[in-house]
Amino acid sequence: MYTQSFNVPEPGESTASAGLKAVPKALNAQEAALQAQFDARIDADGKVEPREWMPEAYRKTLVRQISQHAHSEIVGMLPEGNWISRAPSLKRKAILIAKVQDEGGHGLYLYSAAETLGTSRDQMLDALHTGKAKYSSIFNYPTLNWADIGVVGWLVDGAAIMNQIPLCRCSYGPYARAMVRVCKEESFHQRQGYEALLVMMQGTQAQKDMVQDAVNRWWWKCLAMFGPPDADSPNSVQGMRWGIKRISNDDLRQKFVDATVPQAKVLGVSLPDPDLKWNARRQAHDYGQIDWDEFWATVNGNGPCNKERLGTRVKAWNDGQWVREAAMAHAAKQQQREMKAAA
Amino acid sequence: MSTSSTSTALKEWPLWEVFIRSKQGLEHKHCGSLHASDAPHALQMARDVYTRRQEGVSIWVVPSRAIAASEPNDKPEFFEPSGDKVYRHPTFYDIPEQVGHM
Repeated sequence: MYTQSFNVPEPGESTASAGLKAVPKALNAQEAALQAQFDARIDADGKVEPREWMPEAYRKTLVRQISQHAHSEIVGMLPEGNWISRAPSLKRKAILIAKVQDEGGHGLYLYSAAETLGTSRDQMLDALHTGKAKYSSIFNYPTLNWADIGVVGWLVDGAAIMNQIPLCRCSYGPYARAMVRVCKEESFHQRQGYEALLVMMQGTQAQKDMVQDAVNRWWWKCLAMFGPPDADSPNSVQGMRWGIKRISNDDLRQKFVDATVPQAKVLGVSLPDPDLKWNARRQAHDYGQIDWDEFWATVNGNGPCNKERLGTRVKAWNDGQWVREAAMAHAAKQQQREMKAAA
Repeated sequence: MSTSSTSTALKEWPLWEVFIRSKQGLEHKHCGSLHASDAPHALQMARDVYTRRQEGVSIWVVPSRAIAASEPNDKPEFFEPSGDKVYRHPTFYDIPEQVGHM
């Protein structure tokens, strides 16, 4: 789960290095030829593979986006992991464990893809743990009750899928391949969430109210997952030029709204937006204003759970230190034994 | 106690490339990479990371540093020599129609 538009500059990173306002250095003849080759490949919708020449800004943008994406998968395990021990049945518990395990797997596919660009796992984890790297801010909100887990699957994963499907056609080969794998698995995530809510909606009034309450709390945050409006996303143009981003933030958000409205109807819940209505002229739904101040406050560290999420993540990493060291010590010992036996 | 340089070297588990045979009769295909301390560990991790939905019946793991790869920049010199040898393809040869499928 992630949002492709959530590719925000990180502290200490100049906008120039992100390729936003890069004043192009004078290229020497060889670099200019490589750049021309690269541009031609992108224009022909070709793929770029590891170890091939690529503009430094393209590489940096990808490292940042893929690592932020990976971090989002890893941190995304936390709000749901909290509910494994409290799932209402053995079936739901098994489903939730499988889903959380998938998120961990998605993080691993993505870290591997980022590593092909010359960054290391330790560097990326260090950036996450020191708070330098961002992750999707949707995970900085709490999952208050069981209905939240259903809504996270239905809406949060639904929004993530909307974002991730175009990434399967990303110009960078390893990222695109990782996304194909992720998207295949993600569909189960959305369906299990929606189905869990369908079951709750057949229950008592209190259970139905829980679902509606969770939808009310998550709806606007999910719309914000698609990132700032196109007019405020200077990043997007370059991302599109490079074939990293395929569909604009606003277009993806519109697709998500249009897909979700009939699903909400079948489920029997309302979406908390008085301005939400069908626009026959546009053949799409109109919707209300998103609170971007809240979005940016959360991105910048002041959401309800930012500290808790990062704290939990760092603690898990530190608690696992001895396991990682023991595994390496064991491997070294085995190797020595084999060498002795061979001698 | 190891010196600080060895402990830094030991910090990150080495990288492995993972190849999976999706079913009996097919070749192993590269599917990704992962970090693990040694080969048995890498196999176990590969099973968990890449075959959660019965995607494979056999796994190979290879230390990434053991893979020799052609240079991306060598593409023309390395692969082009076969470009002008069209006679290596069956479609190069015209066979009378009455011969049928050959």
